[in-house]
Amino acid sequence: MLKDITLGQYFPGNTPIHRLDPRTKLIWVVLYIVALFSAQWLLTYGLVLGLLIAVVALSKIQFKVILKSMKPLLFIILLTGLLNLFYTQGTPLVSFWIFTITREGIFSAVFMVLRISMLITGTFMLTYTTSPIALTDGLERLLGPLKKIKVPVHELTMMMCIALRFIPTLIEETDKIISAQKARGADFETGSIFSRAKALIPILVPLFISSFRRADELAVAMECRCYHGGEGRTRLKELSYRRVDYIVLIGGLLFVAGIIVLANLGL
Amino acid sequence: MTPILETRNLTHTYGAGTPFQSDALQNVNLSIERGEFVGIIGHTGSGKSTLIQHLNGLLKPTAGEILLDGRDIWSDKKFTRETRFRVGLVFQYPEYQLFEETVYKDIAFGPHNMGLSAQEIDLRVRKAAGFVGIPEENLEKSPFELSGGQKRRVAIAGVIAMEPDVLILDEPTAGLDPVGREGILANIRDYQKSQNATVVMVSHSMEEIASNVSRLIVMNHGKVAMTGTPREVFSHSKELISMGLDIPQITRVFLRLRDMGLGVDTSVYTVEQAKEALLAMRGGT
Repeated sequence: MLKDITLGQYFPGNTPIHRLDPRTKLIWVVLYIVALFSAQWLLTYGLVLGLLIAVVALSKIQFKVILKSMKPLLFIILLTGLLNLFYTQGTPLVSFWIFTITREGIFSAVFMVLRISMLITGTFMLTYTTSPIALTDGLERLLGPLKKIKVPVHELTMMMCIALRFIPTLIEETDKIISAQKARGADFETGSIFSRAKALIPILVPLFISSFRRADELAVAMECRCYHGGEGRTRLKELSYRRVDYIVLIGGLLFVAGIIVLANLGL
Repeated sequence: MTPILETRNLTHTYGAGTPFQSDALQNVNLSIERGEFVGIIGHTGSGKSTLIQHLNGLLKPTAGEILLDGRDIWSDKKFTRETRFRVGLVFQYPEYQLFEETVYKDIAFGPHNMGLSAQEIDLRVRKAAGFVGIPEENLEKSPFELSGGQKRRVAIAGVIAMEPDVLILDEPTAGLDPVGREGILANIRDYQKSQNATVVMVSHSMEEIASNVSRLIVMNHGKVAMTGTPREVFSHSKELISMGLDIPQITRVFLRLRDMGLGVDTSVYTVEQAKEALLAMRGGT
């Protein structure tokens, strides 16, 4: 059950998308979101969707994986779709009981569902194709200028990196503790909400204790290797901006500009 | 008499239908008799842990069945839940599952879930604590104040307190020092003898297995590769080594002696047996 979570997962590969500099990809995600939210009508949506499909195809991430990552959000997507379907004013097409479906409603529902799904897929493509280390490295470099105003950028990104790293470990640990308590007859599936919440204590207490223990061990291990924060720290793998990154970045800016212009024309 | 636990063509596939699909167990047929002390060995990934999690109904088989007292444990929901109590499973590093404020309360968690009366729970907690050698004064302490070995004892007591028909332990001595190891093994042996309990123990240490169990099951690639008394199994030392398993040190010594031309009996697996075998040889010549 818990193993199905693909949040923040990374699928190693060696495609053009994987090879892009993480900074390019981070900026691209921001640009992509701007483009997605500027999109107005069929043409602009079509262009953004086409781009997304191209990126997915290039990255060789399986379509199944993307569908699976949407599953936990299916409820929200469907709810938004339904609300848009029934609550948009306009020319009525069908009407029954208290519901009226309008022409505008159908369009806005389809666009809304499309927008949310594309938003999720697009941002997930970033973590699917970028290793957590590269991602935090890129973020650190991008936020670098903030160091001037005393923002502890390195520390923040290091924390993020560690958090990402420990998601799978914690999931595995939770699974193990659940099994162990089940073996002692703990029951998580029946009873009132109150008793179910109480049933979580035997899971949460051991999980907290082991997380603190892990954090402590990690801190000692880092100190043993003389970690002392970002000051004067060098890297094994320096990020280097290649020509293709510049081209992709400029392409992205042009793409967004184009979408905004087209959207303003009502396309 | 029907065996207490039996598996028939037990098969388990992880991630069926995905690219990560793998057969953890393939057609495993086992039977465990009442009062037996069974050891399970196998290298990492041979399916030991998957197997024992099936025996108390934590995992559902992809195919095949598990019988407790001749009845399929998945035949009805109530019986599946009952199985959890009748087949007690102690996980690896069980001390990480402790959560209560006091040792007493933690041991009482299982019996409490069974819906027993307060008196019965009290009786069982004290009895279980006695079996694993937890002193009375420790019962009111927080489990987190105790040493690693003591914590593990508390966790094992938590399962014993449910008074299961079958007690399964996954590497009960992993990560303990030699004194702690022997202490826990002695506790388990005493428990098994005095209650005439059925005990199944998974272990990586061949010495531990050899000197405790009455029957051995060797797992390899999700299948039962061998089963028999320790003497029978350890006489196939070549096969064991080819499966990536160790053999008891003393058996290794005797194999070497035979290679050097001495006519020794290489099926010995404890130091005691080795002593007798050597004395017999000297007496003979």
